[in-house]
Amino acid sequence: MRDTQDPPLIKLEAAELHFPVGGILAQLQGRSTVVKAVDGVTFELHRGESVGLLGESGCGKTSTGRMLVRLDKATGGRVEFDGEDISALSGDALKRFRSRVQLIFQNPFEALNPRFTIRDVLAEPLENARIPKAEHEDRILRAMALVKLGDATQFMDRYPHQLSGGQLQRIVMARALILEPEFVVADEPVSMLDVSVRAGVLNVFRDVRAKTGITAIYISHDLALVRYVCERTIVMYLGRIVEDGPTEDIVANPLHPYTQALVAAVPVPHPDQSHEPLPIGRGAPDPRNPPSGCTFRDRCPRAFDRCAVEAPGPTRIQNRIVHCHLHAPET
Amino acid sequence: MMGSIRLPLHDPLAVIGLGIYLFFIFMAVFAPYIATHDPNEILFTSEFALAADLTPGTEGYILGTTTLGRDIFSQIVWGARSALLIGLTAAFMVALIGSIVGIVAGYFGGWVDTVLMRLADVAFGIPFLPFVIVLAAFLEPSIWNVVIAMALVLWRDTGRVIRSQTLTLRNRVYVEAARVSGSSDLKIILRHIAPNVLPLSFLYGSIAIGWAILTEASISFLGFGDPDSISWGYMLQDAFASQALSKGSYYWFVPPGFLIILIVSAGFFISRGYEQILFPKLDR
Repeated sequence: MRDTQDPPLIKLEAAELHFPVGGILAQLQGRSTVVKAVDGVTFELHRGESVGLLGESGCGKTSTGRMLVRLDKATGGRVEFDGEDISALSGDALKRFRSRVQLIFQNPFEALNPRFTIRDVLAEPLENARIPKAEHEDRILRAMALVKLGDATQFMDRYPHQLSGGQLQRIVMARALILEPEFVVADEPVSMLDVSVRAGVLNVFRDVRAKTGITAIYISHDLALVRYVCERTIVMYLGRIVEDGPTEDIVANPLHPYTQALVAAVPVPHPDQSHEPLPIGRGAPDPRNPPSGCTFRDRCPRAFDRCAVEAPGPTRIQNRIVHCHLHAPET
Repeated sequence: MMGSIRLPLHDPLAVIGLGIYLFFIFMAVFAPYIATHDPNEILFTSEFALAADLTPGTEGYILGTTTLGRDIFSQIVWGARSALLIGLTAAFMVALIGSIVGIVAGYFGGWVDTVLMRLADVAFGIPFLPFVIVLAAFLEPSIWNVVIAMALVLWRDTGRVIRSQTLTLRNRVYVEAARVSGSSDLKIILRHIAPNVLPLSFLYGSIAIGWAILTEASISFLGFGDPDSISWGYMLQDAFASQALSKGSYYWFVPPGFLIILIVSAGFFISRGYEQILFPKLDR
């Protein structure tokens, strides 16, 4: 948590993304429910910050990312970008927003239209932003250089299926960065890649941040990756934030029991290191029917009575925010 | 979009299909010069007898004559005109309306989808042939009745299939990527959705060619057809009514039947070639 006087670039206030489940039949029988993919998430991001969004599958980290780039509209709360509520954007204002905020997709094999050449793929955002055609070639080459795609001219007229995963993910990044956006959400950009090419792509991500000072959210389930690219980490569990603070502090001294389990789960590359079983049970609960109070309590080794009754609110401890009754002041 | 307007010249079958179409278009355009007789004229032999049921080659009738003494070869040549006219306009209407309805319903979903698909349900409830007959009763008997009826009713199959294809395309990651990069709905439809459903449109279009030609034949047979135009379907019905099969006049009904098969297959060959342009990954 940096205390700056500038207004935040991104501001989420109790943002919610709920999806209805079940068809007409379920509604008639009164069985219809909602899945609370994101359930009251609040945080702020300042210019130049790089934040890791960490959590297991289904914890709502990707949904939060989609909400931030307005692929999904928040069903409740507020999502602000540069002081504007992005749910209300339409027409030209939405178009301007699209050129300032970008998403790097998880699966580069699906994020590119198979019938487009690399040139077409990279020209699409330029066309949308009404950049004169004469500048396209130059902008495309610059973006490809930014993601370190060596001999760019060699790729320009190829189709996506003729490129490797690592090359494709760089193209996806080049496409996201070609309009020089102010904010980018990277949704597990290396999870679909071979381990051997991950480091290359991650370094590109770090270099781009260093060069452009872009504000970024890096979504991942891998604490080690987040630690490599982000100074601050937000840990999510079942649609809610459990802990938010500087990455190194969280790794060194996790406060929330869930974060403690995540940190314990990171394998240590040492043969003598004993592998303690994780302190939490396996498997998240059914998101359609989460536990009352604190959603983590059924897996939490330290849960007590209050956890079943009341959802924990944010507690500020030094430069961190943690949502857990263990750390909450007695009320 | 540009890619799908290209002609599929790399696929040998598609080239054959295009060749067949060129052949028929040539035949239709130059029908007055190719035909040896007026297709409706009742002809007489040199002995002034009715030139009925002459076998091919006799007295210069290339494919012989009908029971009423009309030149079969000339009917075939003129038949290409109405076949192409009905087949292509009907196919165009069916493919165009069906694709627009399907894409709009599939892409936008919600109440738009509901309204359009319930309309399709209504269209599915209309029996096609009686509908054409009723239409012919209200309007003048004309070959255009078939085209109008097909445009009004047969878009339903194309619309349904295109809609389901659009539904799978709408949620592709690259469509979301296009949205994030600021592409408008119209642009997404034109550049990411339409090129992927076009081969299906062409496929249904080519099926509609056959349907149109066959429907026109049925309508002619029932007496609601255009009395002034010669079509291959009309020739088949004429041969059927004159019991050409029992007379063994194969030269009468085999050529028009063969040409209908040829023009319908040509459509399929071309759509197959388009498939390869549109999905370069297939690489057969």
